[in-house]
Amino acid sequence: MTALLDVADVSKVFPVGAGPGAWSRLKRRFTGGVETLPKVYAVDDVSFVIGKGETVGLVGESGCGKSTLVRALTRLIDVSDGSIKLGERELSLKAARVFARDRDRARIQMVFQDAGESVNPRFNAFAAIADPLRRLRKLRGKALTERVETVASQCGLPLQLLSRFPHQLSGGQRARVGIARAIAVTPELLVLDEPTAALDVSVQVVILQLLQRLKKELGMSYLFVSHDLSVVRLLCDRVLVMYLGKIVESGPAGEVFEHPLHPYTQALVAAVPRLDENGGERLRLSGEPRSPIDPDPNVCRFYGRCPRGTDLCKTKMPALRSFGVREEHQVACHFAEEFLPKV
Amino acid sequence: MTPVPALSVEGLSVEFRTRSGIVRALDNVSFAVAKGETIALVGESGSGKSVTAYAVMGILDPAGRVSAGRAMLGDLDLLSASPKALADVRGRKIAMIFQNPRTALNPIRTVGKQIADVLIRHGNISRHAAPAQAVEMLRAVGITDPSRRAKAYPFEMSGGMCQRVMIAIALAAKPSLLIADEPTTGLDVTTQAVIMDLVNDLAKELGMATIFITHDLALAGQRSARIVVMHAGHVVENAPTRELFENPRHPYTAELIAATPDAAQSLDELAAVPGMLPDLRRTDLPPCRYSERCPRKLAACAQPLPQPIPGTTHFVACWNPLPEHALSAPKVSAA
Repeated sequence: MTALLDVADVSKVFPVGAGPGAWSRLKRRFTGGVETLPKVYAVDDVSFVIGKGETVGLVGESGCGKSTLVRALTRLIDVSDGSIKLGERELSLKAARVFARDRDRARIQMVFQDAGESVNPRFNAFAAIADPLRRLRKLRGKALTERVETVASQCGLPLQLLSRFPHQLSGGQRARVGIARAIAVTPELLVLDEPTAALDVSVQVVILQLLQRLKKELGMSYLFVSHDLSVVRLLCDRVLVMYLGKIVESGPAGEVFEHPLHPYTQALVAAVPRLDENGGERLRLSGEPRSPIDPDPNVCRFYGRCPRGTDLCKTKMPALRSFGVREEHQVACHFAEEFLPKV
Repeated sequence: MTPVPALSVEGLSVEFRTRSGIVRALDNVSFAVAKGETIALVGESGSGKSVTAYAVMGILDPAGRVSAGRAMLGDLDLLSASPKALADVRGRKIAMIFQNPRTALNPIRTVGKQIADVLIRHGNISRHAAPAQAVEMLRAVGITDPSRRAKAYPFEMSGGMCQRVMIAIALAAKPSLLIADEPTTGLDVTTQAVIMDLVNDLAKELGMATIFITHDLALAGQRSARIVVMHAGHVVENAPTRELFENPRHPYTAELIAATPDAAQSLDELAAVPGMLPDLRRTDLPPCRYSERCPRKLAACAQPLPQPIPGTTHFVACWNPLPEHALSAPKVSAA
């Protein structure tokens, strides 16, 4: 499979405690500037590849850096370090503001979490879908109308709803507007940030099936961000598990969910309620995550919550190591061997 | 059903007056929860789960009106009780956990004080002893370093911790009935599991009846003994959990189970529930509000719905229910 998106060693740090106002700006000038402030390592040295036509899931709890990573990939914010390559093009060199007008902007598009809140409330469905076409494809007049109507019907949005505003649409219809808007400019990579989190199960199914059909028809790649593991399992070929800014496990979706090798993934899988079980003993995580502010580079990020943690985890950060037949399953844990399925 | 219900809701109907007509949000809703039992109210958004809880708690929106029914908590009818009687009962005998802890907590009061408020009002405890007891409550819900956290404001805490504080407030006066309205929506699965364990353990410890409102059928199945399925303001099915999953009789319940993604092996196996909730402002609503989406509709569906028969454990509000054991038991998922 040829790589579409190649993300290498990407980091994003945010300084904290800077404080607004002239006084703190003045104080910073004499104490050495922003560099001396403590930093949140929202995304820390993350590398992965998305192939052409592949669906990759990104899972992790809130605050683990999923959204920051996604915003960096879609070039809504600048990265602190590392490279993001889309095909041959290096994207990380251009500032996010400049990239908004770049010719490659249309190649990565995003579907946001709640279309009710991410679509301009003063734009009706037509204007919302037309906006990226006007800006990035410079379509006007009849060509624009035609294109909007084509994508709307591709997304199963009845044409008579195009004149409605977001608040006049149901949750499922709003989700369709969000998807239509993103695919209007025929992106190669579509980043979906929890597109079904705000929907009922009955509607969620329809939207997921729509996404699967669109992918087949248009040959896009998906990066699917979600914390609903049962959805990720159904939709994704490969999955990345993130914990406090690091990727702790990655591999084929079925394999990761059936034989999770990282203790965090195990807890995540065990925590998903299922129709066919009732109570019973499950792996539970205790405590809160470690602080992401200036974390010790030699301590495993999961140490303290990890049921398997030992002194080794306190002194050496585990690196990603490959397992499985085709070396596709990567895990960052010193004790991953213990969790390998018995052959 | 055990003979002593902690709460029994009988024929509850609620209407909302709106500019575009009267919304019949609940119609003849009946269910009961026994002492120490956990039941779940399940349904899509707009099915009336939360309205049921609000009506029972007496905190309906001013536009809402209880038009019929009773909600018996022991000998007291919560729906006709005086505001003073209700104020004594709320917090002491019934408590509620709200969906979004960040908006339900007072943003400008420390969490310790908010717990102490409940203790002073309901807990037979002096003003001086309350703060220390509040710290104990925080410890009981599993917050580390409770004496420091008691001085924190809600915005300084994570979503999971705020939800623990909500639980501490709800349980401060050791109520006999807890209503949890989607307590874990918006939390991560790992946090969700811990919070639900906490609610379950405390409920067991205090012998509390719990009404657990959720749209997640799998979560409801894992945590409750009995499930009440709601659709458009009606109770369509009410059965013990295992029984409901293995032997759903109402077509809507079966569709909901088929739409839940966790047992399926591929997306194509999932089936969407066809149609939408009917507009509840209509004056010509059919007796069965599901009938317009229903694939099993009969002429008999035009007559009033069957009523629950006392003594039966599995209630279906349908004239043409699915045959017994129409679905095989849900497949054991691989994940």
